[in-house]
Amino acid sequence: MRIALIGNPNTGKSTIFSALCGVPTRIGNYPGVTVEKKIGAYRDAQGEVQIIDLPGTYSLAARTLDEQVSVDVLLGRQADIPSLDAVIVVADATNLDRNLYLYSQVRDLGLPTLLVLNMWDRVAQESIEIDLETLKKRLNAIIVTTNAARKMGIEYLRIAIRQAIEAEMDSTPSPLPKPLRERAIEVQQWMATLSVKEIPLPWIERLILDVGNQGLEIFAKNHNLSELPTKITAVRERLAAENCRVPTVETKVRYQWIREILADVVRRPLHEQLTWSDRIDKVVTHRWCGMLLFALVMFVVFQAIYRWAEPAMTLIEWVQAIAGESVCTVVPPGMLRSLLVDGIIAGVGSVMVFLPQILLLFLFIGALEDCGYMARAAFVMDKLMTRLGLSGKSFVPLMSSFACAVPGIMATRTIENRTERFVTILIAPLMSCSARLPVYLLLIGTFVPATTWLGGWVGLQGLTLLFMQSLGALIAVPIAYILRKTFFKGDMPPFVMELPPYKWPSLQVLFFRVWERVLAFITRAGTLIFCTSVIVWAASYFPADRSKIHQLETARENLETELSALPKSERTTDPATLAQIALLDSQIAALASEERVLGGQAIENSFMGYAGHAIEPLVRPLGWDWKIGVGVIASFPAREVIIATMGTIYSLGGEVSEDDQGLRDALVHASWPDGKPVFNFPVALSIMVFFALCAQCAATIMTIQRETNSWKWAIFTFVYMTILAYFGAWTAFLLASNFT
Amino acid sequence: MNLADLKVGQRGTITRVNGEDSLALRLMEMGLIEGEVVRLLGTAPMGEPLEFAYRSSRLSLRKQEAVRVEIELVKDST
Repeated sequence: MRIALIGNPNTGKSTIFSALCGVPTRIGNYPGVTVEKKIGAYRDAQGEVQIIDLPGTYSLAARTLDEQVSVDVLLGRQADIPSLDAVIVVADATNLDRNLYLYSQVRDLGLPTLLVLNMWDRVAQESIEIDLETLKKRLNAIIVTTNAARKMGIEYLRIAIRQAIEAEMDSTPSPLPKPLRERAIEVQQWMATLSVKEIPLPWIERLILDVGNQGLEIFAKNHNLSELPTKITAVRERLAAENCRVPTVETKVRYQWIREILADVVRRPLHEQLTWSDRIDKVVTHRWCGMLLFALVMFVVFQAIYRWAEPAMTLIEWVQAIAGESVCTVVPPGMLRSLLVDGIIAGVGSVMVFLPQILLLFLFIGALEDCGYMARAAFVMDKLMTRLGLSGKSFVPLMSSFACAVPGIMATRTIENRTERFVTILIAPLMSCSARLPVYLLLIGTFVPATTWLGGWVGLQGLTLLFMQSLGALIAVPIAYILRKTFFKGDMPPFVMELPPYKWPSLQVLFFRVWERVLAFITRAGTLIFCTSVIVWAASYFPADRSKIHQLETARENLETELSALPKSERTTDPATLAQIALLDSQIAALASEERVLGGQAIENSFMGYAGHAIEPLVRPLGWDWKIGVGVIASFPAREVIIATMGTIYSLGGEVSEDDQGLRDALVHASWPDGKPVFNFPVALSIMVFFALCAQCAATIMTIQRETNSWKWAIFTFVYMTILAYFGAWTAFLLASNFT
Repeated sequence: MNLADLKVGQRGTITRVNGEDSLALRLMEMGLIEGEVVRLLGTAPMGEPLEFAYRSSRLSLRKQEAVRVEIELVKDST
């Protein structure tokens, strides 16, 4: 059984999907386009039911990619989804008029259609009365009422799905005018004379009705019907003469039909009622409160990410240390141990440590989206965004890019206007994504003093983090302006946006959303970052001769074992033992310092060392040494790799002394040949600015290529951001060096 | 008179939506059709966009879009 789930945005469609299927079994894209394909499944007594979740849409008039794909799936045109057994239309019960519009379009496609009235609890709350029995009769349909957020009605829905599949086809006529059907039959017959496989009438009707979409050209091309567009234009002209002007006739007749169906079925107060949601809006969109609240929300989110994740991060670091130590007790010094400890554990571990923060960020963004605040943010920010030639609709994709540019760029699909969509895509990678967070956290935590004010609520580190997180967005302002004045000239596209009522975020939906993202992050850490760690390790390990270092390590570890057999110096007063401890300590220290010197030489004589030295003249103006240069080179495929690379380089370089706890200490102790420390505040700032502005993410570049369907814009993004990053880092270094 | 002429709190009855382009169509699909009573609920902090209420829907439009919807002022609306 294969069922499609469709509905207007903000009807709780995702909540119904989660309540029916739990975690989706498959998430991906439809082939060739970038519309999200989400499929789930559940079992009932009669077997498996597969649910295909279609993108939220107000209409099937295919103007956006999302709508086009929905129509294709419903018509069985989508190659990878075989024909459907039924369609579920999810409607907001308090907004039946508008929601029945999509229902009537879907029903006309000729599939068994089931109507779900979700958010049924709100009907009574808003003093609306709905006569369900009459509605069922008039629509000749199976109707289920649900309150998916509380999982009410889901069992009935499962039963109704079975009933809908088995029920007789609804024979009530379409509200579309007769001439349209007649013209569609003519077109069908004309196609038959050209020996085209029979195309169902609803499909032809949609081709006639959807003025100005690309579906027609694609259809004509696929079926080798070069005359079709001319034919359809002629049909439209004829329909206009018959008093059925396409496309306005569709909204007219469908709403006429909806009024007839709903007459005496829905009783509502004479005027729209002010709900508690409106009262919240009075504050949220208020002249001052609105702006203040917006700033406050952003501030709290970033402060919380920094503070709440701390305990979990400590735990992950501890696990990583234990893992490294246990490998050392089993594997003797040598290439294998180095690969395991310095390559894999250090590399993957140093990325995993940021999992708690990434989880929190996705949690916040998901919750803000689900409770309805994101739409208000778009509403409040729209005027500001229009100054850049964008709209409030670009706001949510850009905001999502703060978690990750890939879903952010994918979210631009809801922007109908091409110009606005492309500009949004090109600036989205400037938003500070969660992969930049580790770099900021590491460098801020190490080089920015932990000064706090107001009893610990406002901290310098948190403020610096806020600045780094905002930098890309600030730079995006002039970039968007320039793009709108050069490559993307044009009028301001229209703005039509629904403001859904506020609701408590659905924990289940939130959980799955966070879970998906976290899983994707772990998969990346397990594959891409794992591979990069090993490659970077190998490039820093070979071809230098390290046998001497491994000998020293073995000798030092033997002495350490000897030392641990003795009692602790503070526990004994025996002069002989104390003398022996002092001797062993000094021998161990001598060996360790020799290891460090040799290690430093070894990494300079590795492939990575050669590459780093080659680019050193280029990165010197930014205040970087060749090791930082190496880290940056290695992190072009995925920016979070920098931490792993630095971890690998510094532990291999032997600069991690015995008492060092981790990478932070290694960075503090890293020094130029003359002994001056490499890292100070200006250097840390220059690295952070570089990471803030650079397009170091292969996944983002590929997504831009896919979404714009051209390599041109992908390469353009990469080039402009790299140039921006280099000069940004340079400026930051110069400014910071002069003022500190 | 059109939707952009409403003052906050006032209501208007839609008489027609001008044009046949995709914007006009989208407005009609969203339920802004002849006979619907629409109230201006408020505006965004910087004066635009506008927030309209009709039935249980809350829709935001800029002035540029709102002028496309012609209305008759409902007299006793405050």
